[in-house]
Formats: sequence, C-alpha cells, structure tokens
Amino acid sequence: MAKVPKPNELVIEHGFPQTGWMDTPAVFRPGNFSYPGKAKNLQALGLPNPREWSPLDEDWKLPSNWKQIILEGMRERLDKFRSFKIFMDICVRCGACADKCHFYLGSGDPKNMPVLRAELLRSVYRKDFSLAGRIMGKMVGARDLTEDVLKEWFMYFFQCTECRRCSLFCPYGIDTAEVTMMGRELLNLVGLNIDWVVGPAANCFNNGNHLGIQPHAFKDMIEFFVDEIEAVNGIRCEPTFNRKGAEVLFITPSGDVFADPGTYTLMGYLMLFHQIGLDYTWSTYASEGGNFGMFTSHEVMKRLNSKMYAEAKRLGVKYIIGGECGHMWRVINQYMDTMNGPADFLEVPVSPMTGTRFDNAATTKMIHIVEFTADLIKNGKLKLDPSRNDHLVTTYHDSCNPARGMGFFEEPRYVIKNVCNNFHEMPPNTIREQTFCCGSGSGLNNDEFMEMRMRGGLPRANAVRHVHDLHGVNTLATICAIDRAVLTALMDYWVPDVTVYGVHELVANALVMDGETERTTDLRGEPLPGMEEDSENEDV
Amino acid sequence: MGIRFSLVAVVALVLAAFLGVGTAGLNHFFGVTVPSIALVVFLGGVVFRVLKWGRSPVPFRIPTTAGQQKTLSWIPQNKLDNPSTKMQTVGRMVLEVLLFRSLFRNTKFEIEKGPKLYYQWEKWLWLASLAFHYCFLVILIRHLRFFTDPVPFFVHDIERLDGFFQVGLPGLYLTDAIFMLAVTYLLIRRLIIPQLRYISLPQDYFPLFLLFTIGTTGILTRYFTKVDLIKVKQLAIGIISFHPVVPEGIGVIFFIHLFLVSTLLIYFPFSKLMHAGGIFLSPTRNLPNDSRFKRHVNPWNYPVKVHTYAEYEDHFREKMVEAGLPVEKELDEAPVTAQNSTEG
Repeated sequence: MAKVPKPNELVIEHGFPQTGWMDTPAVFRPGNFSYPGKAKNLQALGLPNPREWSPLDEDWKLPSNWKQIILEGMRERLDKFRSFKIFMDICVRCGACADKCHFYLGSGDPKNMPVLRAELLRSVYRKDFSLAGRIMGKMVGARDLTEDVLKEWFMYFFQCTECRRCSLFCPYGIDTAEVTMMGRELLNLVGLNIDWVVGPAANCFNNGNHLGIQPHAFKDMIEFFVDEIEAVNGIRCEPTFNRKGAEVLFITPSGDVFADPGTYTLMGYLMLFHQIGLDYTWSTYASEGGNFGMFTSHEVMKRLNSKMYAEAKRLGVKYIIGGECGHMWRVINQYMDTMNGPADFLEVPVSPMTGTRFDNAATTKMIHIVEFTADLIKNGKLKLDPSRNDHLVTTYHDSCNPARGMGFFEEPRYVIKNVCNNFHEMPPNTIREQTFCCGSGSGLNNDEFMEMRMRGGLPRANAVRHVHDLHGVNTLATICAIDRAVLTALMDYWVPDVTVYGVHELVANALVMDGETERTTDLRGEPLPGMEEDSENEDV
Repeated sequence: MGIRFSLVAVVALVLAAFLGVGTAGLNHFFGVTVPSIALVVFLGGVVFRVLKWGRSPVPFRIPTTAGQQKTLSWIPQNKLDNPSTKMQTVGRMVLEVLLFRSLFRNTKFEIEKGPKLYYQWEKWLWLASLAFHYCFLVILIRHLRFFTDPVPFFVHDIERLDGFFQVGLPGLYLTDAIFMLAVTYLLIRRLIIPQLRYISLPQDYFPLFLLFTIGTTGILTRYFTKVDLIKVKQLAIGIISFHPVVPEGIGVIFFIHLFLVSTLLIYFPFSKLMHAGGIFLSPTRNLPNDSRFKRHVNPWNYPVKVHTYAEYEDHFREKMVEAGLPVEKELDEAPVTAQNSTEG
C-alpha cells in the first residue's frame, strides 16, 4: 500500500505540463489508482474478461478485439442514451466546470477538470462517430482509441466520484457523472473495473449486501446493537428479520451494520422504531441499501436494486423505508421505479403515527428515514431532549447524491436543528446544491487510493475547518454511510478535532424513550453534558 | 497550434472571397451560390442534428437538482431549481436559456498555503456570454431589414433603440460595439486563463475568429465603405425569393462579410455551436424531478439476471434455520443444493 504524505507534505500545484493533454500519458503510481477487480468477483457477476492483472503492468490482458468491443459499446450507448449523445456533442469548453471538481482542486491534475475528463471520451467519439474527426483527426480534437487512451480512461473514470457538482455549473447541464458512468460501462466491457466496486457488487448479488454478511451473521450483528442500546438506557429493542406481514420493510446500507461510526446511526434507527412502535422488519436478503452496481453499469445497478421490490413483495409489506445513504437515494429517486417497477403490490406510504401520506413517493413507495422522522417531529410525536447533544457543535455535510440527484436539503436540517442546540452552516458555496464531495464516493473509498481521497476531500475538509475555527464545530453530521466511513478518515487527516455522526445517531441521543433509565452517556459511551463525573464512576 | 490553425483558416476564407470577387470576378458565386448553399445546409443540418439527438431515447429521469425537492407539505419547494411539474420545468428552462442561470453560479477558486481554498465572485463569463448572445440576436433582427419589404415595425424599433447614442454618421449601433467587445473578451480569456488555454481546441478558436472577422467586415461595410444598402437588399431578397440578382458595385468587403457568414452557417450544424439546440434537449435540465411519484418507462428496459430469494435461501437455508430466521422451505422440504450454485 502506498504511503500517504502528511498534510503539510502534500504538494498541490495547479500547473500545466508542457505537452498537450493528448500527448501526456496517464502515469500510474501507488496512491493514484484503485486495485483492479479480482477475477472471482467478475465471475460472480458474469462480467467479461475475468483475470488477474495490474494497472502497473504493461500488458493489461485485454481481449484481442477490445477496440471493436469498446467502439460497438459506444455506438450502442449513443443509441440508448440521449444524454450521452448530447454531452458528447455540445460542450463549448467554456471552462466553467474546470475548478468545480474536488479532485481538480485537490490534485491540480488538469485531467481532473471535468471538461478534460469528458474530452478523454469525446476525442474518441469525434474520431469514430463524426465526419470532421475522421477526416481532420487531431486538428479537431479527435484521436484514435489506443491502449494508452484506454488506460487513461481507467485512471480518470476511477478518479471521478460521480458527484455531479460540475453539472450544476455547466450552462448546458453536461453531467460528468453521466459521462463517467458511460466510461465505466465501456471499461467493464473489456474487464476493466476496480475491486472495491466489483467486490461489493458481487457480494451484494450473492449474499444480499456489499460486505458479504451472511444471514445469521447479519442477525447477530443487529442483536449486538440491541445489547449496546440496553447498556445505554435499559431499553431492549426487538427487531425482526424476514418477517412476513410487517407493515414496513426497512433497508439501509450494510456499512452501518459493520463499522463505526455508522453503527451508532443504526442503533438510532432501532431506538426510534422501538419508541414509536413501528411494525417493521429487516431483511437479510435485501440487506443492502447502497448499490455499487451503479458504479459498474446500468445493468448491474438494476440487478442489485431488484432485490428491494422483490423482497417487499415476498414479505407482503405495505411500503419501504430507506436508511441514510447517498447514492442509494439517487438510485431510488432516479432509477428504481423505471428499472424495477411498477411496485403496484405496495401502497403509497402513510406514516402510522402521524397519518401523513407521502405523495412524493407515490410510485416508488419508498420513503427516506429522514423525511419520516422530520414528519414525526413536526407532528410532535417524539419527545426530544436536544440538550443531550450539547457537547456537540454541529455542522451538516450535504451528501452529493441526495443533494444534486434529489434535492434533499431541508429535511435533514430540520431534524438536526430539533435534536441539537448548536448548529452552524458551512459557507454557502460548499453546501446544499453546491456541496463538495467527500472525495471517496462511487466506489473509491478504498485504502490504496487514500492519497487521492485526501486530496479530493480537501475542499470539503477546508469548509469544515472554516466553521471549526470560527464556531468551534466539532461534529460533522451526514446522511450517507460512505460519508460516515470516509469523512472520519478525512477529518483525521485535515481537521482532527471533528467527529463524524449520522443524523439518526443525533436523533437517538436526544430521543426520550418510554421507560428508559437515566442516561449518563451518549451512544458512543461519551459522558453526556453534566454527567461527566457520574460516568467516570461507572464501567460503561 | 489550435490558435494558429484557426487564424490561418479564417484568413484563408477572407482571401478566398477577396480574390474570388476582387480578381476573378466570381460575384455570382460568392453573392448567390455560396449563400444559398449555406442557408440550405444550415437549415437541413440543424434539423438533421436535432432529429439525430431525438432518435436516442431518454431512459431515466436524471435532472440535476439544484434546490429543495417537493416533499412534505410544510417544506417549501424550490420550484425553479428543482421543478416537479412540466410548467415548473419550463420555468427552469426559460431561466437557463434566456438568462444562463447555471453560468450565473460561476465562481473562481484561489488556493493559499495551508492549504486553504477560497471561492470568489466571478460573473464576467456570464456577463460576456449574455452580452454576446443578446447582441448577436439584435444584430440578426436588424439584418431582417434586408430580407423584408416592408420592414416590420419591430425591426425599426430595435434599430432606433440600438442606435440611441448618435455617434457619427451613420449612427453607431450599441450592439455592434458590445458584440465586438464580448467576442474579444471571450477570445482573450481563452488565451490567458491557463486552464482554458490548456483545454481549448482549434474548433474553440475558429468560431471566435470567424465572428470577430464577421463583425469587423460588417462594421467596415456600414461605417467605412458605406455599402449601398439598396443593392444589398436586392441581393438578399433575390436569394430568398429564388430570383437571384447580383447588382453591380457592392464592393468586395461586403462579399467577404457575406462569405464568412455563409461559412458560419455551414459550420454551425456540425460544430459545438449546436449547443444552441442541445440545451433544449439536455436531460439534466429539461426534466422534472418527479420520478418518485410518477412512473416513467424506459423503452429499452430488458430483463436482467437477478439472484432470487429462492436461490438465496437455497444457499443459506441451514444457517438461516439455525439462526432462527424464517424460511420458505424447511430443511426437510428442500432439495440438497450445491454451494454457490448461482455463481458464474
């Protein structure tokens, strides 16, 4: 694994090579790429060209007709996606997107400017799909598809987190996420993927979740949290699994089952559902909210997503509630119903506590836990004691996908402000629709890519540091499982005094539950404000 | 390289018209044949390109949401930046097309030691683009007077407004000046902003040089060589009424102007200038964010290989039963299955 330079050693220069971008090959070095997909994982998904290989090798073991496969794949996708065709044709290279990408800001590599990332593909499109490119070649920015070009694609389509920030600033709405998705689909046709994407996708396909947690282990892990909660406030939650006839199926990213600090968010769900007496079930088959298929191809996305409706139908629930996750919600909002609907066996979600009918989810029949909770709070159904979060000075990171693929801004803020007394926004051009990516999304949250992750996360960390210095912010709240994992590493690197929380962990801290014992600590075992002495005497 | 190539191309075009008309006397060719072809290519090309885009479906609803979604009744929706109905989407598109809403968001980054990032006010690109496009539009409308008889009232009105500042004779049109300034700005920023210079291709410089030269020759004909407007109008009406005439004594500068405009028309449908049409079809902008409450069908949706619950249970049944998880088939009901039966 590559050694990650310390923050003060990290060189960030926004210079330009003497050579033009077409004549500057991509150089793979430890720290700037993710390990390639393992053969067994490609096989598990039935993806083409499974083999062991390394980006550092000269020979990538491509099929002999790889070029034909890619060009045919391009033609097919140009015919299937108007977005792809339009985005290949209409860029004027005005440069508005150039400095909007977190990877460009943090790495200074010109090919991380969204416009150039797209040009990597566009140059081949011009050569093979436009008359001018065929005749005039390089003079009109067209070039042959060579192995070097393919390697460059692999480098830069896996240095994009599909966060869509550039698309916000583009006067024509050109969306690099869409271009990257096409680029990755094409790469997959010849067996080029990264293991951190294809491994979880394979796990999810066969075992039900990205982490490959098997059904009995999944149950065990959740029950472990039940014990943890009991230790905090004496309440014993009673989650059920694969239970037919429950009113609600609850699905959340498996990352929150597995690793801190997401686990605390998951404990928050358990506590909330217990307190309101929700008739719900977990599923071990559909035990993944996230969808790493999205980072592979539309087809794999659909294959993984299909489990949600299939399981809801099998269990006979009325509707689905989804946990805090980023790209999961882009899939649910923009793809799920079209891919795997119609969910005519479900009902339009109605909150059993408030009677609120969620008409905004009338066809997907799946609601976000945060909108569900916001509605509970608004209707006074929760007894909250926000002072239990008084040891936290909070800010909120808008995750890219719920932000720019959904428009989910007020719901989490409403919830946070009801459960925390201290809240400060980061500067306006770093939040809401302009939010900066964590730098590790779209399957790039692996260890070997750490240096690029810390670079890509710099703009986000920079904004956190700003409110940390200004208001003493020590808590970064998010509604994304990947964020919870990766922002923790990012904060350790750039702003060590800040800790990452899920919104429902904050909710659970503040939630006054019926029959609970007096709490002296929060879910993490940290003493509550005013309880510092008490907790020292106890063995938590 | 790109700059030189584009500059040479435009100079060559100027020379071609200069020599063609001035020396070889190809007035009819440059005055009628080329412009007629150009008009046909332009109209046909634009229609062709738009139809070609239209042939590809929009399988998924992928708007870039730039404001609060439609959600709980007590949370106000940002209807223009995150539209959920057709009308709201039209509103978003109007802002986008007429006011360049997205470009208005533009900022410029600064990095200091630390490292510390800053994002600064930067509306010049937005301003110059807006100025350029609107002046271009006004200039086009003003040119309608060469193609219409009688000239419609709005053309007169626009001319009057545009020539409000009486400078010299004939009066200076404000839009001519702003157009030239804006084009110059767009060219200069491409040359001096390092990011932009690095990404620029010949086809980014060529239209700018072309427009600059079209502007210059237009200004020359109007303000300096003072071309005979009656004759120009005869020529123009001749072309669009299919009774071409080439009046004597128009002057070579006009022919150069006309030839460059013809080049622009021919070039337009096959170049990035089609962004003018593409913006209307851009799926991140022209779709409402309604896919959670309105069903959309992907015309090429196809069945995919999934891992069914039955396969999953077959694989894990023993462990599930042991853990007390409910199963569809008890152990004695189910056939013995191979491990990993569904893989591969």
